[in-house]
Amino acid sequence: MTNAAQRGASHRSNRPEPFQPPYEDGEFFQRDRSLQPPAYAPGYKTSVLRSPRQALLSIDNSPSEMTGPVFGHNDLGPLDNDLIRNYAKDGDPIGERILVHGRVLDETGRAVPQTLVELWQANAGGRYRHKKDTYLAPIDPNFGGCGRTLTDENGYYFFRTVKPGPYPWRNYVNSWRPAHIHFSIFGSGFAQRLITQMYFEGDPLIKICPIVHTVPDEAAIDRLIAPLDLNAAAPFDMLAYRFDIVLRGRRSTLFDNKLEGN
Amino acid sequence: MAPPLPYLKETASQTAGPYVHIGLIPDMAGFDIYERNFGAVLVGPDTPGERIAVEGRVLDGTGTPLRDVLIEIWQADAAGRYNQGADGPGESVDADFRGWGRAGSDFKTGLYAFETIKPGPVAQRRGGAAAPHINFWIVARGVNIGLNTRMYFSDEETANAADPVLNMIEQENRRATLIAQRSERDGKAVYAFDIHLQGENETVFLDI
Repeated sequence: MTNAAQRGASHRSNRPEPFQPPYEDGEFFQRDRSLQPPAYAPGYKTSVLRSPRQALLSIDNSPSEMTGPVFGHNDLGPLDNDLIRNYAKDGDPIGERILVHGRVLDETGRAVPQTLVELWQANAGGRYRHKKDTYLAPIDPNFGGCGRTLTDENGYYFFRTVKPGPYPWRNYVNSWRPAHIHFSIFGSGFAQRLITQMYFEGDPLIKICPIVHTVPDEAAIDRLIAPLDLNAAAPFDMLAYRFDIVLRGRRSTLFDNKLEGN
Repeated sequence: MAPPLPYLKETASQTAGPYVHIGLIPDMAGFDIYERNFGAVLVGPDTPGERIAVEGRVLDGTGTPLRDVLIEIWQADAAGRYNQGADGPGESVDADFRGWGRAGSDFKTGLYAFETIKPGPVAQRRGGAAAPHINFWIVARGVNIGLNTRMYFSDEETANAADPVLNMIEQENRRATLIAQRSERDGKAVYAFDIHLQGENETVFLDI
């Protein structure tokens, strides 16, 4: 009997039955913490009181971690990945028009298809459309600043937007964030859930940003910087930046079955 | 030197920042953009299971509630099954219950609240069952990488006592940080679950 048929059978029962890994996939690889920011990073002051001080409890993957929510095209609207149009009231937003695109892969290099990618950002002047943002740069009446899409079968995604501006924030008295876009990605299991920020090639604020430097690995920081992708730019329309995202990989089911004694 | 293995490296996490609402719950940021919004109500009229509310606060190391935190939950249905689709993405086990929701804490009080159903015990991969629980993922300004934890139920004492994760917590007095207290309000079950990021009652967070 195939895994799919076994799972189908389990749906007709109300009793818990042995769990079959979804998509013929097994446990997630252990997270490489040397590439990830520690909870406590005193250069980013807000982390000081918001960081757990006890060791995390490392647990084996169970169905709770190996599964995750599924999203479909019914959840989205047709303009959700077009930030130039999804909040436009009486014209286009001000700013440099850009395409942001890339692939969502896992650590084995496999595409992560049909996964929800959400993003949010400041407008071209560095102001967020948020009731708690009080920076003096103006709100753009035609720019909301958020979008979302599903990756295709090859893990590919794209958004059309305007390049966000840098903005000041309270850390030191003269701290400025480099231009960035926030990304939220799901993957196929809750253990892959990730939020990160994409930066732009050539931005001089990257090297002095305390939030960027919560990441302890220079190569990992470099992978957060999207290069200009002239080949994807549309002549006389918009420039393009490429941002590939890597989620945790999974063991193969074959290896998993051997563990079970099959 | 041995050749490098061909694995890619996981993308580094960065804080969700103070304006996470814009991207994930824009209605709370104060503007209306999407036709369909994700939210904190996981149940529809036809969802099987006991209706419950789950609510609480996320507290920093001084005991001050975070007023800009975003929480996502992921849980099994009343029969202990996760809704990941029978044969991969796109096909639902139970169309009336995705099993996932997200909530922002109130800008004034710091309270978060979900409306959901109580999940069933979940069969484990090598036999046995996990006590009913809800998986939490917490992001905010000042949180550099999303924090994972689990919420268990105070009225499941027998199942909790046999739960493999609760039993892995060496200091027994810390197990209580994962157990939500049940009470009744207007005839409905309410589970109170405060999350302490730091301090004497620091919640047990999980490396999953």
